[in-house]
Amino acid sequence: MTVVGEQLQPTLFERSRPGRGGDKIPHPPKDALDRIPAAARRATPPALPELNELEVVRHYVNLSQLNYSIDTGFYPLGSCTMKFNPKLNEWAARLPGFANLHPFAPDEIAQGTLQLLFELEEWLAEISGMKVVTLQPAAGAQGELTGILMIRAYHRSRGDTDRDEVLVPDSSHGTNPATATMAGFRTITIPSAPDGGVDVDAFRAALGPRTAAVMITNPSTLGLFERRIGELLDAVHGAGALAYMDGANLNAILGRFKPGEAGFDVMHFNVHKTFSTPHGGGGPGAGPVGVREALLPFLPAPRVLRADDGSYRLERPGERPESIGRLRSFVGNTGVLVRAFAYLRAHGGTGLRQVSDDAVLAANYLRKRVGEAYDIPFDRVCKHEFVASAAGIKKRTGVRTLDIAKRLIDFGYHPPTIYFPLTVEEGMLIEPTETESVETLDAFADALIAIARECETDPELVKSAPHDAPVGRLDEATAARHPNLRWRAMAGADMPCPD
Amino acid sequence: MVPSDLRYTKDHEWVRVDGDEATIGITEYAASQLGDIVFVELPDVGRILAQFAAFGVVESVKAVSDLFAPVSGEVSAANDALAGAPELVNSDPYGEGWMVRLRLSAPDEVGDLLDPAAYDALIAAG
Amino acid sequence: MPYGPHTPVDRERMLAALGIDSVDRLFEDIPAELRASRLDLPGPEPELELAARLQALAGRNRTDLTSFLGAGVYRHWTPPNVDQLLLRGEWYTAYTPYQPEISQGTLQSIYEYESLIAELVDLDVVSASHYDGAAATAEAGLMTCRATRRERVLVSKAVHPHYRETLRAYFGHGLEVEEVPLVAAGDAAGTTDLAALERLLADGSRPVAGVIAGQPNFFGLLEPMAEIGRLAHAAGALFVSVIEPVSLAVLAPPGAYGADIAGGEGQPLGIAPQYGGPYLGILASTDALVRQIPGRLVGMTTDLNGRRAYVMTMRAREQDIRRDKAASNICTNQALLALAASIYIATIGPHGLRDVAALGAARAARLEAALAAVGAPRIHGGAYLNEFAVRVPEARAVHRRLIERGILAGLVLADVVPDEPSLADALLVCATEITSEADIERFAAALAAELAGDLRSGPADRRGAGASIPAEAVR
Repeated sequence: MTVVGEQLQPTLFERSRPGRGGDKIPHPPKDALDRIPAAARRATPPALPELNELEVVRHYVNLSQLNYSIDTGFYPLGSCTMKFNPKLNEWAARLPGFANLHPFAPDEIAQGTLQLLFELEEWLAEISGMKVVTLQPAAGAQGELTGILMIRAYHRSRGDTDRDEVLVPDSSHGTNPATATMAGFRTITIPSAPDGGVDVDAFRAALGPRTAAVMITNPSTLGLFERRIGELLDAVHGAGALAYMDGANLNAILGRFKPGEAGFDVMHFNVHKTFSTPHGGGGPGAGPVGVREALLPFLPAPRVLRADDGSYRLERPGERPESIGRLRSFVGNTGVLVRAFAYLRAHGGTGLRQVSDDAVLAANYLRKRVGEAYDIPFDRVCKHEFVASAAGIKKRTGVRTLDIAKRLIDFGYHPPTIYFPLTVEEGMLIEPTETESVETLDAFADALIAIARECETDPELVKSAPHDAPVGRLDEATAARHPNLRWRAMAGADMPCPD
Repeated sequence: MVPSDLRYTKDHEWVRVDGDEATIGITEYAASQLGDIVFVELPDVGRILAQFAAFGVVESVKAVSDLFAPVSGEVSAANDALAGAPELVNSDPYGEGWMVRLRLSAPDEVGDLLDPAAYDALIAAG
Repeated sequence: MPYGPHTPVDRERMLAALGIDSVDRLFEDIPAELRASRLDLPGPEPELELAARLQALAGRNRTDLTSFLGAGVYRHWTPPNVDQLLLRGEWYTAYTPYQPEISQGTLQSIYEYESLIAELVDLDVVSASHYDGAAATAEAGLMTCRATRRERVLVSKAVHPHYRETLRAYFGHGLEVEEVPLVAAGDAAGTTDLAALERLLADGSRPVAGVIAGQPNFFGLLEPMAEIGRLAHAAGALFVSVIEPVSLAVLAPPGAYGADIAGGEGQPLGIAPQYGGPYLGILASTDALVRQIPGRLVGMTTDLNGRRAYVMTMRAREQDIRRDKAASNICTNQALLALAASIYIATIGPHGLRDVAALGAARAARLEAALAAVGAPRIHGGAYLNEFAVRVPEARAVHRRLIERGILAGLVLADVVPDEPSLADALLVCATEITSEADIERFAAALAAELAGDLRSGPADRRGAGASIPAEAVR
């Protein structure tokens, strides 16, 4: 496929002109590469763009302005916890002592970071009611893989090798079943009950001697607390399996529910959700995992340890032989963890509980307001998020949830998560978080209500939205059928000259 | 009304039986439910399929669906044209959008398939 | 609340709208017997005090040393515009671009990232990012198994030890990882043993899905990549190259020597060391493997008015749609770091990137000569780019004492490759464009003093090898 259409911003490659660009570093001696064998050397230089710094700056500033972001507006994206990203945290992560520390730095010159990581583990253990925490996983999904691999190692260490199934509710995040497959397990999907909770009878029926683990998101992806969680956990343990909690929705229950105390064996945290580290347009995150004591031997290596004299060190290779090994290089996404640490310290224990109180209060308030014009399939107290549905509107007017989401863009809002969980027809999952003011919540509810009215009076206006975005709806079918995944210089275009 | 010369499955596939060979695709209803088809993964020629075995995958922009063998047999042909033009499944589901041909190993299984009236009733029920 | 907006009046208003008098009512669905005990944590900390705490912690790290440490993470000059642009809230406080109409900035930046890396590695398809070099390498290994429907992967022992460990963790169930030994002596010492590779590939009962080797390898040496690739392909296996991106300005790219997949660590492209991350996992492949590559992909298309626009594409491969049949569970990636790498490449330019690589090579040659002159010769004889191993008697103890002299003398190889006797007294050292002549002289002088047993300017503590913290002292 060739490049088509009028463009908002030319690509870096189109902006390039041979010979443009500033010297940022000294020129090397002419013979610098003479000792590299010809066979190992690059024959043709890479065709990278040549730009001066101002062009680069304009390119990226102008591109940035095509984005929606928390810093520019309300982002009620369910299951993603798009809360304010405090600026102090960005400052902290860039302190030279943190930013410039090499990950192979010997322990004795890394004491500040090691202490921070050790204390962060303690905070996370207290918040989750777990015994110990690993900070290594780079994201929630990698935390899940870490947890499930530990569960596998646990069963094997007991000679219990026939457990090859993982149970997940049908409303779960896609990462749960995908993780089970990656770790070599078969996924068994459990249906939801009419009240939105896990169908306890189906759950019991599926549990058995082949069940290795059960993965539960609590509160669920519908924003509902599993009221029968005690019963479920008893059944899991009765069957000899372990219970994994997907901690994506931890923002609802800080100081109210500690998964480890309640009987979960393993859980992951999404610090880029609950603890305010920025999403960065898709990443990075960090996915620490907390476990009960029985799973400690299997934690990834290295752990951060504290000696009697108060100094800190990393475990040495092979020091804990039953470890599942490592899931990535070095100790983890430390720069992200510095931000999370700052967030936790800023709030303290009382502040963290207030976070969840405010997040849940805001969600329930918004549920009430949105319910003025939309179906609320599970109209009971929600936690930090709730599902609304446009199923009734669609039936009457033909306007779908997708259209309403796109119309919200014209009103200046990021749409909620739509069509997830898959179990709700025309669903939208709305999560306001605790950092949005009541005026913002009201204005957003007013916008949704106004759109519901438009669906009746002018459905075409909604179906063709957005009207005020940088681009209209995209031709996703062509994008997928005939993928154009990289720039290719067209014949005759100015390309960087080899030197 | 769906084509009257075909047999159907509950998974919204169609089967055209011609001697000991069966041609298989997905119905217009299935294609429209999936939306714009962007990719079809098909088995190699020579693969032996048991009845109900998953033999491929059809993807739209935002959904994915397994393909199941309605009858047992050996794959004698796969529609290579779909690699470059998956949109054929949307535009001509019963013709150029066909997916595989099987050499039947248990022709009796054809009797298990739905006739056009039964399939019409199935999609009418939603 | 440090960041929350709600006044007591606001909370009252919301409670009143819900017809309740206390927020506790909203938590009554948590069974009473399962409600949490009190959070046993300190109270909130005002920003001023917290800032001081963070500064004090950062200050306990020593980042003032003259460093020759690389081993997979390299310090380079990063033009300040990279971080200043990254700090725009429109970039770092945006979510994954699921709503393309209001995410064209992120989407175009990812498309450009894919294009820039494709140029560097000379392959067609580049994923939007993975966690780091280790995870990208593990995903590359899994790709070879899916593509060939085989279950055994061979990895050179000269691939970064963390990457090999990660590969083993990802391969725990029915999939096998075997290590290819290194040449023990002669000019090729420290590189992948081609004869051993050929023998491992010849086991017809256990066909090999993929062969993984690094360029440069963990010891800084240049591998015979074309030969490794040829052997892999002759056995029907795919060839995975573990790359270092800056080196690709001057070294032959994976596409040129027949690699099917390139994985590697993008940290050298404008990303700070940060004690381990966040970094940038680079994963790229030939067009033939586009269906096997995990992670997000962004493509160029048009909007319905015919305007050029970008969108995440081939989405049905991913976990949120394909669930247990997805190629990988990856969701959150390292998008902001891919953006940093793109800005870095755009700013430094093709000639600048070549200069970075070549100047590092020149400084490394100077470092080699300076260290050899004071009694620390190279261990291996083969060609290297900007990193190499030197023999130093009592390497661990010397390394430790050099810290007291203000020198971070690279990596004690025995700490991370304990099972390679030839590396028992070895330091892995590197130079980049920021290594100055003066740095090299200081290192050589300090090492000379240590090796001469010169105590006059040395540290008081000469207890020697080993950490001072007992292993059993665990909380």
